[in-house]
Amino acid sequence: MINDYLLLSITLFTIGLIGFLIRRDLIVMLMCLEIMFNAVNIAFASFSYYSGNYTGQIFVLFSIAVAASEAAVGLAIVLALVRSTGINHSDGIKNLRG
Amino acid sequence: MEKFYFLIPLFPLAGFFINLFFGRFLKIKAVNAIAIAPIALSFIVSLLAVWEVLSGKIIEYNLYTWILSEELKVSFGYLIDELTAVMLIVVTLVSLLVHFYSTGYMHGDPGYYRYFAYLNLFVFSMLMLVMGNNVVQLYFGWEAVGLCSYFLIGFWYEKRSASDAGKKAFIVNRIGDFGFLLGILLLFVNLQSLNYGDIFQKVGLLQDKEITFLLWNVDLITVIAILLFCGAIGKSAQLPLHVWLPDAMEGPTPVSALIHAATMVTAGVFMVARLNPLYSLSEVALMVVAFTGAITSFMAATIGVVQRDIKRIIAYSTISQLGYMFLACGLAAYGAGIFHLYTHAFFKALLFLCAGSVMHAMAGELDIFKMGGLRKYMPITYLTFLIAALTIAGVPGLSGFFSKDEILWFAYASPMPYGKVLWILATITAFLTAFYTFRILFVAFHGEFRGDEHLRKHLHESPTSMTIPLLLLAVLSILAGYFSVTHFIEPIVGKAVTALPHEDEKFVMTISILVSLSGIGLAWFIYICKPHFADAIKSRFQFIYRVLWNKYYFDELYDYLFVKPTIYFSRTVVEKITDRGIIEGIVNGVPKLCYIAGKSMRNLQTGFMQHYAILMIIGVCIILFIIFSV
Repeated sequence: MINDYLLLSITLFTIGLIGFLIRRDLIVMLMCLEIMFNAVNIAFASFSYYSGNYTGQIFVLFSIAVAASEAAVGLAIVLALVRSTGINHSDGIKNLRG
Repeated sequence: MEKFYFLIPLFPLAGFFINLFFGRFLKIKAVNAIAIAPIALSFIVSLLAVWEVLSGKIIEYNLYTWILSEELKVSFGYLIDELTAVMLIVVTLVSLLVHFYSTGYMHGDPGYYRYFAYLNLFVFSMLMLVMGNNVVQLYFGWEAVGLCSYFLIGFWYEKRSASDAGKKAFIVNRIGDFGFLLGILLLFVNLQSLNYGDIFQKVGLLQDKEITFLLWNVDLITVIAILLFCGAIGKSAQLPLHVWLPDAMEGPTPVSALIHAATMVTAGVFMVARLNPLYSLSEVALMVVAFTGAITSFMAATIGVVQRDIKRIIAYSTISQLGYMFLACGLAAYGAGIFHLYTHAFFKALLFLCAGSVMHAMAGELDIFKMGGLRKYMPITYLTFLIAALTIAGVPGLSGFFSKDEILWFAYASPMPYGKVLWILATITAFLTAFYTFRILFVAFHGEFRGDEHLRKHLHESPTSMTIPLLLLAVLSILAGYFSVTHFIEPIVGKAVTALPHEDEKFVMTISILVSLSGIGLAWFIYICKPHFADAIKSRFQFIYRVLWNKYYFDELYDYLFVKPTIYFSRTVVEKITDRGIIEGIVNGVPKLCYIAGKSMRNLQTGFMQHYAILMIIGVCIILFIIFSV
């Protein structure tokens, strides 16, 4: 039974990961991050349910709270970036190039 | 009471530190007091110690354990027996007089306080050397006096020749000291102790033991004795390491008197006499000592005959007299060697101080042929120099006669087959000694002044601070011989063996008196009667003259054998391969490597966020792979 949940989690995570790597749109990349977050949360919750230990589920709540604030900060950064430079895709930002 | 004898070396050490740190802020009078008072105090305490020794006590006291490492136990202590007592008197008395003399001689020198600080350090080291009750302490003093000698030879370091001479003395001494150290280590390895008492007790066990040295089985005691003697060769300027002593005359003259005539250079003789139970067990080592002494004594005397520099002549004379002492030690007549050391300290210090007085008047001029007629201008210096010259020449009644005669007698009467050879060499040396000493006297003090008028007006007798030590040393040179050191230290060094009846001593004595008088006579004849005779001899025997003038070409030989190849080796191998190749290669290579590594790694940092993400994921995958594959 847990296998199904974990399979779901892995699938979601992989989708998110691949999306993060191949998409250039900053908003989409943020969404992909959220997908990976939630994949992890699912894994947490399912492990917690099957082991009968509710710490994991409490943890997930925290994780969701953190993810929400992270999404807010991320979106704010993207907005500020777009406003100041007009760039909304990741290829444009490479000031850190060595 | 015996606890307090460590004060003897401690006073000069305190004087050294005070003058070194505060000397520059003090007035000359204060510097003098700080320098001289410790020596005077040491002298007084030494007299107390000698008093106790005279009443038949041997003082041995361990202050504390200095080095403790498994079997190696070295304590810091002192041993005052008859031998040490003689050395204590020589060292403290001569250095006291030299300190007095220096206050006049060094007057107005910018390094005045520094000079006295070094001199006090020297006295401390020398006292440590003679008072120690183990070989390590002897070695400590040995190295420390060498260091002070280096400081004082190069005292006028702004003069190139002086600093070179200091380095030469130090390096040449190191060669000998290396052998000395090896000897000490061998002694320790075989006896597990370095205390004199233990060594003398156990040294018999070493007899007939052998050691493999360069695939060659040799007698252990002989090896130890000869290695230790290497140190003595260096320190006491014997052939072939004598080259540093004449150059050491670059230092201030009182230093030459104290360090390079009376005390430090006799450390080798003291060491051989101190370790006499060891030397007496090896006939070969004794023979080496005796022949080194005799040959050095003869060769140095021949060089002294032709030199013109007053201090150098006296320096070669010192080498020659040290050879005499070793000759005596090599015949197992340690007592006679120490006796000569003791009388020599006074009359040779006197000779040097007289030379210093002459230099003082002559504005530093050293060539005796530019002097002449000084008798009229410096009567006290003349008188004291005359006494010293008579003493070293071996005129009866003066101290030099007694000690020298004893050595000649022991050589003549030695049971060894080579005794007579040594006696002949020593007798010729005695003749040469009388000749070259009186050559200085007649050339420099008699006749007419040969310098220019300006210098002649400058001529004056030295101040009282210099003449009083001269007079005191003159009195000591006359009287010192009436105290028979040979007899006094017999309990320590034993009695020399003679194969001939005592009546023959008259014969040896007659010969030695005749020889010394004829030496004086010849000098008088050549330099007073027939002033042109010397030049005639010089041109007749040009070759011999040139060889002697160039000191048997020892310096040139060493230059050719050691100095030049070393310089060549450094220029080619060390400079080109080691320095520029290896060291500079490493120094420049490391930053270069960093630069190249950085340049290639920089390509990884593209600035694209997703590239970083990929790399991160690859990393995580690798870690997971490693974890799960285990």
